[in-house]
Amino acid sequence: MQAANANGAETGPTDDYVTVYVGDTLFGLAIERVHDVFVPSGVTPVPLAPNEIVGLLNLRGRVVTALCLRRRLGLPDAEPQGDKASPKMAIGLEQGGETFALVVDGVGEVLKLGADSREAVPINLDPRWRNLATCVHRLDGRLLVILDVDALLGFSAAGAKAA
Amino acid sequence: MDDLLREFLTESGEHLDTVDAELVRFEQDPNNQTILRNIFRLVHTIKGTCGFLGLPRLEALAHAAETLMGRFRDGLPATSESVTVILSTLDRLKAILADLEATGTEPAGSDDDLISELERMASAAPEPEAAPAPAPEPVLPEPVSRELKPGEVTLDELEAAFLAAPGPGEADVSAPVPPPVEAPKAEVPKVEAPKPAAPKAAAPKPEPADVDASRAEPAGDTEAVVATETTAAGKIQTIRVNVDTLEHLMTMVSELVLTRNQLLEIARRHEDSSYKVPLQRLSHVTAELQEGVMKTRMQPIGSAWQKLPRVVRDLSAELGKQIDLVMVGAETELDRQVLEVIKDPLTHMVRNSADHGLESTAGRVAAGKPARGTIRLAAYHEGGTITIEIADDGKGLDLAAIRKKAVERGLTSQADVERMTDAQVAKFIFDAGFSTAAAVTSVSGRGVGMDVVKTNIETIGGIIDIATTAGRGTTFTIKIPLTLAIVAALIVRAGEHRFALPQVAVLELVRVDAGAQRVERINGSPVLRLRERLLPIVSLTGLLGQSDGQGAETEQAGFVVVAQVGRERFGILVDEVFHTEEIVVKPMSAKLRHIPMFAGNTILGDGAVVLIVDPNGVARQVAQGVQGSSGHADVDAEAEASEIGDTKTTLLVFKGGHGSFKAVPLSLVTRLEEIECDKVEWLGGRPLIQYRGRLMPLVPADPAITISSEGTQALVVFSDGERAMGLVVDEIVDIVEERLDIEIAADRSDLIGSAVLRGRATDIINIAHFLPLAYDDWARGPKKSEQVSTLLLVDDSAFFRDMLSPVLKAAGYQVLTAASADAALTLLQSDPRIEVVVTDLEMPGRSGFDLVAAMRGGEPRLAGLPVIGLTGTVGAEAVERARSLAISDLVAKFDRSGLIAALAEISATTVSQAA
Repeated sequence: MQAANANGAETGPTDDYVTVYVGDTLFGLAIERVHDVFVPSGVTPVPLAPNEIVGLLNLRGRVVTALCLRRRLGLPDAEPQGDKASPKMAIGLEQGGETFALVVDGVGEVLKLGADSREAVPINLDPRWRNLATCVHRLDGRLLVILDVDALLGFSAAGAKAA
Repeated sequence: MDDLLREFLTESGEHLDTVDAELVRFEQDPNNQTILRNIFRLVHTIKGTCGFLGLPRLEALAHAAETLMGRFRDGLPATSESVTVILSTLDRLKAILADLEATGTEPAGSDDDLISELERMASAAPEPEAAPAPAPEPVLPEPVSRELKPGEVTLDELEAAFLAAPGPGEADVSAPVPPPVEAPKAEVPKVEAPKPAAPKAAAPKPEPADVDASRAEPAGDTEAVVATETTAAGKIQTIRVNVDTLEHLMTMVSELVLTRNQLLEIARRHEDSSYKVPLQRLSHVTAELQEGVMKTRMQPIGSAWQKLPRVVRDLSAELGKQIDLVMVGAETELDRQVLEVIKDPLTHMVRNSADHGLESTAGRVAAGKPARGTIRLAAYHEGGTITIEIADDGKGLDLAAIRKKAVERGLTSQADVERMTDAQVAKFIFDAGFSTAAAVTSVSGRGVGMDVVKTNIETIGGIIDIATTAGRGTTFTIKIPLTLAIVAALIVRAGEHRFALPQVAVLELVRVDAGAQRVERINGSPVLRLRERLLPIVSLTGLLGQSDGQGAETEQAGFVVVAQVGRERFGILVDEVFHTEEIVVKPMSAKLRHIPMFAGNTILGDGAVVLIVDPNGVARQVAQGVQGSSGHADVDAEAEASEIGDTKTTLLVFKGGHGSFKAVPLSLVTRLEEIECDKVEWLGGRPLIQYRGRLMPLVPADPAITISSEGTQALVVFSDGERAMGLVVDEIVDIVEERLDIEIAADRSDLIGSAVLRGRATDIINIAHFLPLAYDDWARGPKKSEQVSTLLLVDDSAFFRDMLSPVLKAAGYQVLTAASADAALTLLQSDPRIEVVVTDLEMPGRSGFDLVAAMRGGEPRLAGLPVIGLTGTVGAEAVERARSLAISDLVAKFDRSGLIAALAEISATTVSQAA
């Protein structure tokens, strides 16, 4: 991904993405949608909540709903490595006047990517992923899956119920 | 002058609203002089102010209306016609005011039509002594030439007038100085309430007093004086404050409260702090400040209702229906922000009730109802929420028409709509553009509105519900949860987490332990003896699906928070109680709002986020007896089931035999077990295990399953009273909640049929087949089977019929089934053997309630038949309806043992009656 910047010099408009990891996969989020990057702490779990929701946390006096990208993608929870609290990161996103924290395994750098490396979402992807991804960028040695923030936050209470 | 004008506009608007409402009251109660005086005074004030501000058009109109009202006071009967004219005058006034507000000048135009009409009516009265009244009242006020009439103006008012008026000279120009000035300056109700002593004293100073006062007026005013003396004495000073200012104040106070809480938290940890005393003071001041600010935001809901009597009156005339509007709980206070939002929806819903809900007078008489329809508005606080009910006693919603329309509009499929409960169907009226009104009237029927109503209510986190009975009427219930507010809450711990319980619902705290005050259990349901009464208990951890199976032990010690919601009293078991704290309620995220357990969340002094438990949600769960043999999923399912009317079923899915998927309704399952295979014993060729001190037979769920001889074996335990049976399965797969559609009926007796669950074909097993395999005598039914009764089971779902019939047969009943209320009635009429009816209450088309109502109204044999109602949700309303229809018992749909017990009780009573 470091080498990806080389592509950014190409002609044509480019988009900026904040990259995050979940497991070994690299994801990109449109930078305009990212309000904060912080270490989530003091998360209060919400009983009976949809599985994706980790809980609520206090972000500078505001109550923020934290959801786990892993669970949203249908991945198993990360195994606690060594000391139990592996330092997760959270991305502050906003939708409909509400703030959400997207809990991820780690945050990478900001990449500037043009249309030349962009590919449509492969059709053989898990439908759950396909609904959340807008496109895939070919980076050097790895792939970057661009996530649709609205789709990420778009799980309804009813949908969550069925899950 | 601009400011003055603006104040005039606001104030006149309010006055006109009051006059509206008062006039309608007056029409119904024409002898009530107090009301009339009140109206008169308000119109008079408006008139006076207009004159002062140089608004001749308004003034002329107001004057003419005042004249007519003066005639009422003189004894002219207030006819509906004359009231209508006055009301339309008020509307004209409002229209002019609106223009004035927009442009700053009075619009051009003539009001001669209304004025002449008003004058005609005023002079129409043949009474001779009334004649002088209209005469001295010209359309425009006469200039200032008269002496002060007794009781006209008070010193204070004049004082105020002088302060506010640009100059004393002004008074000469526009005659009626005093009343106008007093209006913008001071307060509404005591406007004209002058003191009896004042006039003489005041007389020398002011020039003109009440110029336009007609001959009739002084007399009236003197009366008013006596009546309002006390009000006038305690003059209330008010100012108008911009709402934004208040909002900002509120936000700041919220922050202050949080900061204070943080300080208190720190002080709690430090023993020797010298700042404890000032902190204490800060705490007090904050509390008072907060209370004060809160108060500024509260308004009685009556202010949102003010327009309604007028609305109903007009509708009643327009639609030719006689309508009574009953308003209960107008004094219920709520946050003005909330009030603003619900104002329009309420008006709309009342209009709707009047137009769609109530039948025409002829229709009502034909249906044997009182000719006057009633719309009842009620508001009350209920455990921290405000509930508003709009009920009519009309014909109820035409559910068949709604179903049809929903399909036509492509909102749902025919198949789906038939399966929906009435409550679900009724909700279609909240869809945009949905109207089933056969004729579009000018009032409603254009399909605009109910969707807006719903959206408005939901924006403030409220919910709206419909209950409708054909021929009986429709009730809309709006619940506005506690949002936008600071509440006192009890901070408790349950499991590992803290929760806030709104103090309003908390009656007391009881400490429980294994000793004297201990929690006892009846069939697993915990109860507490409290002052010689039994209190149902729920554990908060259990309720929230956090208990990990060892609930029995943890319940030995802790605290029971005794709470009351409505008439329900119950205890919430928590592990620890900390303290009470004023919390700022923050609304739940939209993603979490569907969880009925929580009313919101808050940030505590230590910065932690805690959830606010909604006592109403808990109460609902208590009533449903959630704390059965539950794990998380069970609670979850119940919680969702309570979310009005989804006919989903929670099923336990397991693998049994050749890797095929099978499922059984979770509510039939007592427990899931994993046993060591070497614990299995074989007696007489049958596998058994020792389970909880008893022998429990094991039955394979499929002939292809063999009990493994090593490792562990998964069991699904079913129990009925003392007996238990272990169903041997290969693997427990999942718990799913889905609408159950049996697509292929099975020809094997161990299966009910096959359905698609989560995209997998799954066999639904018939547990009634397995019970006799475990105990030979299970099917033969217990003791009471000598007397075989015939029972009619009514349920629209084939699944339930198939599931319940074997259970009922096993209990010793001969079972007949019917798939609809109509079919049931036919059967009932043709088959005299039927001794008891078990019916689902929620069925498409005619509901169970309708069936019972038809039975009760029918021939004596049917009218007296005992009925047991099966229902998905046991709400207070359902209970009430059931009682009114003499339904013997209400049983939750899956509560097999409850049903059997209810049946046993009925046969016991019939036997004793026979004996």
